[in-house]
Amino acid sequence: MNEFIDFFRTALPDFYQGAIITLKLTGVGLGLGFLLGLPAAVMRVYGGKYLRWLAVGYIELFRGTPVLVQLFLVYFGLPDLGVTLSRMTAAYIVLGLNSGAYQAEYFRGAIQAVGSGQMMAARAIGMSRIEAIRHIILPQALRLVIPAWSNEPTSLLKASAIAFLIAVPDLMTKAKTVAAHTYNPIGTYLSVAVVYLVIVFVINGVFSFIEKKARIPGLELEF
Amino acid sequence: MENTILRIENLSKSYGSSTILKDVNLTVNEGDTVVIIGPSGTGKSTLLRCINLLTKTNSGRIFLDDKEINAHGVDENDVRKHIGMVFQDFLLFNHLTALENVMIGPSKVLKMDQVAAREKAFFELERVGLKDKAHLYPGQLSGGQKQRVGIARALAMDPRVMLFDEPTSALDPELIGEVLEVMRKLALEGMTMLVVTHEMGFAREVADKIVFMEHGVVAEEGAPDDLFFHPKHERTREFLWKITELYGKHDQEKGENPE
Repeated sequence: MNEFIDFFRTALPDFYQGAIITLKLTGVGLGLGFLLGLPAAVMRVYGGKYLRWLAVGYIELFRGTPVLVQLFLVYFGLPDLGVTLSRMTAAYIVLGLNSGAYQAEYFRGAIQAVGSGQMMAARAIGMSRIEAIRHIILPQALRLVIPAWSNEPTSLLKASAIAFLIAVPDLMTKAKTVAAHTYNPIGTYLSVAVVYLVIVFVINGVFSFIEKKARIPGLELEF
Repeated sequence: MENTILRIENLSKSYGSSTILKDVNLTVNEGDTVVIIGPSGTGKSTLLRCINLLTKTNSGRIFLDDKEINAHGVDENDVRKHIGMVFQDFLLFNHLTALENVMIGPSKVLKMDQVAAREKAFFELERVGLKDKAHLYPGQLSGGQKQRVGIARALAMDPRVMLFDEPTSALDPELIGEVLEVMRKLALEGMTMLVVTHEMGFAREVADKIVFMEHGVVAEEGAPDDLFFHPKHERTREFLWKITELYGKHDQEKGENPE
């Protein structure tokens, strides 16, 4: 055990750089996913025929195929079409698109949980559909979504490890290097698991804090 | 001469092959309270939803202040600003306090500035006797209080007419009184109201006109006393008898000696 702790200490600086990249991938992917997912969910619930199709097409395409395939298509496939992306950019885009599809489904569930009565009441005081969505539906849906949505940062954090396969220098890639240098794969991968675990704990803590802060009496999903 | 605020001509509505409303005609004069009664599933609620354009009509015309509002090309959002609606299940905005519920119409729809909208909201909350509950969320209010906030929210838009869709049906019996009290007060203040309700005591006491609907048509209409004591149709008599039986003699007596 002491050996492991010593090893963990010496490897930590290497992991630190990797962890920064991993956090960047997660953060950008999450942000991009939010910007894509929220409109996609609104379009899927309230859009006309074409907007709905567009949203469903996007969501099902990215949820229905492995993220690894998407990554290889973007990084190795797009250059054939004359679009060459850096490793980081490719990873950002794929993680964002992928996360957006999942986030859209979380948001859709929350929007539907708000209920059609709220829309009717908003229209009854003269709001347009867009105003009703903005002032009435989304403020409630974004609160209701928090418990389910807080899975997304941690699941994306873990999914970001696939960036290793296009040699993005993330936590996983660093681990591979460390393991090769030290001939200590067990120690290395255990250490990496610990680093992931700590980050996940911190993220979960942040979200349960946000959930408590955003809480409104009487507005929560009943289980 | 009385001024007509709402006029409905030959309104029909059907979903597929089932007819909900058939050739309904109705006028509501300024300052009047018109009460619609009738068995469930008769299209009373649908009629109210047609009036504020939440449901599209198949044929017929609706006039608000002599302007046809269900014609093609009318801005429905603008029409709804002038028609207040109170729902059976309140439908308060759950993420907003009582005050914010009442404020949001004036501030977001009428584009009043925050200070004025806030003042207006406090005024309307006071009207329904809930100024002290202004900062509570719907989840912290009783059913009767929620419905009074619902009424204040509609009032804050200064509507030409208020529609009430069974405003007390979802309430516990002991909470019905406070809501009816507010409605009675509004009627006295001269608000024009169209009310769907089963509260016969309220209907007899407050209504200027009672409309009995059945199977999507207006079967009979008239002054409360005419309708209650000399109904023209056997069906009207039957319905009133049943309702009175159900809610007890208490309502009848109350009608004769208003408190």
